[in-house]
Amino acid sequence: MILQHIADGILSGAIVSLGAIGLSFTMKLLRFANFSHSELLTWGAYSALVFLAFFLSFGGFLGGTIGPFSFGPALLLAMLCSCAATSVIAILLHRFVFDRLSRAAGQMTMVFASFGVALILRHLVQLIWGSDPIYYSNALQFAILLPGNVRVMPDQVFLLILTMFVVAALHLFMTRSRTGIAMRGVSENPDLARVSGVNVDRIITCVWIIGASGAALGGVLYGTTVQLRPELGFGLILPLFAAAILGGAGSLYGAVLGGLIVGLSENLSVMIIPTTYKPAVPFLLILAILYFRPQGIFGERSR
Amino acid sequence: MNGDLALEAINVVAGYAPELPILHGVSAHVEAGEVVSVIGPNGAGKSTLVKAIAGLVEVTSGAVRLHGRDITGREAHRLAAEGVGFVPQTGNVFATLTIHENLIMGGAPMPKSVAMERIREIYGMYPVLQERMHEKAGVLSGGQRQILAVARALLTKPRLMLLDEPTAGLSPTAAGELFDVVRGLSERGAAVLMVEQNAKAALRNSDRGYVLAEGRNRLDGLASVLLSDEEIGEIFLGQRRDAAGAGGAE
Repeated sequence: MILQHIADGILSGAIVSLGAIGLSFTMKLLRFANFSHSELLTWGAYSALVFLAFFLSFGGFLGGTIGPFSFGPALLLAMLCSCAATSVIAILLHRFVFDRLSRAAGQMTMVFASFGVALILRHLVQLIWGSDPIYYSNALQFAILLPGNVRVMPDQVFLLILTMFVVAALHLFMTRSRTGIAMRGVSENPDLARVSGVNVDRIITCVWIIGASGAALGGVLYGTTVQLRPELGFGLILPLFAAAILGGAGSLYGAVLGGLIVGLSENLSVMIIPTTYKPAVPFLLILAILYFRPQGIFGERSR
Repeated sequence: MNGDLALEAINVVAGYAPELPILHGVSAHVEAGEVVSVIGPNGAGKSTLVKAIAGLVEVTSGAVRLHGRDITGREAHRLAAEGVGFVPQTGNVFATLTIHENLIMGGAPMPKSVAMERIREIYGMYPVLQERMHEKAGVLSGGQRQILAVARALLTKPRLMLLDEPTAGLSPTAAGELFDVVRGLSERGAAVLMVEQNAKAALRNSDRGYVLAEGRNRLDGLASVLLSDEEIGEIFLGQRRDAAGAGGAE
């Protein structure tokens, strides 16, 4: 039983990790808590639906499924397109809302603005696609039986492998590429980065693209394992913040570890507390980390 | 010095908020190959002047020219690409990045292959940086941090180097080594504008000096003249207090 909870925790933690990466980066770089970030997961999931319909219209190879998974090449292509579409949304939000406010107003104004943006994004989804649950596929899936009597769905295995791939790719990007190193530099000291010749605006745009793409991937993968609802992202807002705060703002590894801790804590908690209290676990984690290590596991204490 | 005017700041009005200027029409110039110090009491606007030239503080009126071209209001990253190096007083290295990554940051305006070639040259100039290239800059001593900060700014072979209190917190030996680096820069033809609290040491290592007070030019002239002027010494360098054994403005 405990092994099943651990497996479920890792799988749900992987989705939280993908979403928390972008939230963590924007928290560090733009220095505000963006409550609209979770809605990017929703938009990622729903925009993939549009692209999926487009690719499925070609039929043939695109219309089939891959191995034991519930989806085929069409969803993989739709996933990539939804990353691009969600990135465009994030860049527009940055250009027309957050960037302007960061120059003219304080951080609190930006936080409240992000609440407003979240409401608009969520209700736009409801307006366009309605509030009924939607599925990418109606194909039946059979769980894979792992040692220890652990059952996982093939789509969940794909989710985990893709998350590991994304984290490895981001690790290489952040440590080997000049843009990745510049991102780390900008998050530590934007003015020093500017006088070093780094175009900080371009780096911030990169951060939004990475964050929005992570959110879109998280949203689509979440959508493959459950159903699409306009509240998909809203339901993840607390776990996302818990993961980002737990790991430390601006830390890739912190966001991933934070996501896994949140996922495991939520799923293991049901062994000792009623399931209805499960959503409170991330909140308790936030309180605990803010009390004992406010800068998070991998975060630097501000001096 | 070769008579080539590298930097001209003309009646610069600047500050962190347009309605509250810190500089009230400051002018200064630096020739290529010249080391010029900006000294003055706390709150004189010394750091604001170099930040305004570097593009970090908005210039609300006046002009800044680099080798005759108007660069007023240009973004800091563009100025770096055009040959303006800046070493801030605090937070002058990326503490969480390695020494090598700090140098990569300094090479941001250049193509990667050129930047890597320059980093190899920098390692040749400062072997201590190469020996510790994989260590985080945050573990370096104050003197080593300043060397790294200057090295980072040197990546682009700046024609104008701006240094904001480069010897702050350094031991006398480390400060001496840093002034040697500054001299080396000017000998290679760069113009150096250096803000210093350690006024006497700065003037000893400069060709000329500007004295600012309350955001305005008060005095300027050859460093040797400023150093030997008793009245100036009393007002700005604390010489009389030094003589009385009460410490000084160094």
